[in-house]
Amino acid sequence: MSEKIIDVRNVSKWYGSFRVLTDVNLTVEKGERIVICGPSGSGKSTLIRCFNRLEAHQEGDIVVNGIPLHDKMRNVAEVRKNVGMVFQHFNLFPHMTVLMNCMVGPMWIKGVSQAEARKTALQFLERVRIPEQADKFPVQLSGGQQQRVAIARSLCMQPAVMLFDEPTSALDPEMVSEVLDTMTSLARDGMTMVCVTHEMAFARAVADRVIFMNAGQIVEQGKPDDFFSNPQHERTKLFLSQILKH
Amino acid sequence: MLYPDTVESEVLVHKPWFVGVMFAAIFALFLAFDLSGTLLGELMRPVIGEPLESGIYGRFAIAFVIAALFCLNVVLIGFASLRVQITIVWLELLLLFLAFFKTFNLSLPFMAEKLPFLVTQGLFTTIYVSAISIVIASAIAILGAVAKLSTNGFAYAIASFYTSFFRGLPLLMQVYLIYLGLPQLGFVIDAVPAGILALSLCYGAYMTEIFRSGIQSIDRGQWEASRSIGFGFGITMRKIILPQALPVIIPPTGNQFISMLKDSSLVSVIGVWELMFLARTLGQKSFQHMEMLISAAMLYWVVSICLELIQSRIERHYARSKIR
Ligand SMILES: Nc1ncnc2c1ncn2[C@@H]1O[C@H](COP(=O)(O)OP(=O)(O)OP(=O)(O)O)[C@@H](O)[C@H]1O
Ligand SMILES: [Mg+2]
Repeated sequence: MSEKIIDVRNVSKWYGSFRVLTDVNLTVEKGERIVICGPSGSGKSTLIRCFNRLEAHQEGDIVVNGIPLHDKMRNVAEVRKNVGMVFQHFNLFPHMTVLMNCMVGPMWIKGVSQAEARKTALQFLERVRIPEQADKFPVQLSGGQQQRVAIARSLCMQPAVMLFDEPTSALDPEMVSEVLDTMTSLARDGMTMVCVTHEMAFARAVADRVIFMNAGQIVEQGKPDDFFSNPQHERTKLFLSQILKH
Repeated sequence: MLYPDTVESEVLVHKPWFVGVMFAAIFALFLAFDLSGTLLGELMRPVIGEPLESGIYGRFAIAFVIAALFCLNVVLIGFASLRVQITIVWLELLLLFLAFFKTFNLSLPFMAEKLPFLVTQGLFTTIYVSAISIVIASAIAILGAVAKLSTNGFAYAIASFYTSFFRGLPLLMQVYLIYLGLPQLGFVIDAVPAGILALSLCYGAYMTEIFRSGIQSIDRGQWEASRSIGFGFGITMRKIILPQALPVIIPPTGNQFISMLKDSSLVSVIGVWELMFLARTLGQKSFQHMEMLISAAMLYWVVSICLELIQSRIERHYARSKIR
């Protein structure tokens, strides 16, 4: 019996009168790796930002790790503790060293002692293979290194699920692979992950399921092999032909 | 620092055309004045003879010497390192300034005699009134900024009314309003607390805008990262946003503090014995206005310089994370 980490039922969201998400249904089970792709503006970011309520949905239910997400502040805080998020532009805290970036979450939220937070932080910086940068400030690191620190910062909270919103699309090509390697090794260790990405090779290699979104709807989903070799919808075929052309 | 482009490497003051223009300008300027009656004319006596009879030749010679000395000075300073340049120029300007004051024929013993009282009573009051006020003003400013950025209608309305009112009225009027107006409502208030209240409210309004723009200058992504880790509003504000906004907030806040230091002289109208008040009363007694006013001016300036130094230290502290 597998455990549902994220359960999205009939979710719709509007920006003013513009409907960004239309009746989205999706479940993510423990240990599952999901890749979401789709054309720009199709609502991918909006969807995963609803999972930790950086955006509020207007209709339907979202249950994360057994906790229903709604207006109650307590629930939201509880969910955020258990959901790590990695952003396109890293969003590290520039006024803190790399080590502090990783320590503050556990210290200020879980009340972990400084010594212990430090130990955890170093352990996860080791995990993303940049322990030697611990005492630098974020600006002194390359983009790829910054993104790996951002991953370590999320991991320090020991989340039940990690959300990635185009983690490699702000990076130079030679830095993309170091971040993808880190993500791949996370996946191998059984982390539950939801990644918005256009790195199709990564999707093929690690995803359990690929989800294609268009105009706020989930149009098609399937195992990567089926999805890439035998797409059903015209829109998916068009998207794949464009993205795989190069 | 401005962006130092490496293409333009030659020092400006070592370019012949620049030195030429500078020389011509100074020369023309001093040719317009007749300085032969002053100390300069006296010093030039060996060259121009009796200064007062030297006529156009005397003027010409004096202007030439001044322009030549000036250019030589500038060119020489151009060779020094940045720090030395800054120090020398500061000292020279200070010297000129003192020479200007010397022309007032001030009574130094009188100044020396009154100085201790001016410092212990006047300056002390000025500094503690300003210091307390800036602390209260900063607290008001943080609250005001948060209120002005919030989506709460009440908070926004109150904060914007407050900033509009206190930025819109002359400070002098606010001092009177608080000192004379509050007792009408039944709160009798002493001069010093009234002064502090007026300064805090007035500067709190200006600083609300400074803090608001500082907070707004921080990227949305910082909020999102902080909130997505699970930090609440308070921690996000105190530990993530404000520390990053401080480098933006500190220079204008330092400005406000220095300005408040001098505006605190306005509370003398309600009888607070601060620096300006004492300077005026002490000077009036013995008709030595200039002595006391200049002493007070110097004291204000010295304290302002101290504040500038403190401010640059703090700025350097916050620049750490920006160094690549
Ligand atoms: N704050 C907002 N207000 C109004 N409309 C918005 C807002 N944020 C996003 N949108 C709109 O919602 C739609 C979905 O945006 P979203 O960022 O989720 O797309 P996306 O699939 O992540 O695209 P991309 O691949 O470019 O990141 C877009 O059409 C966008 O213009
Ligand atoms: Mg997006």
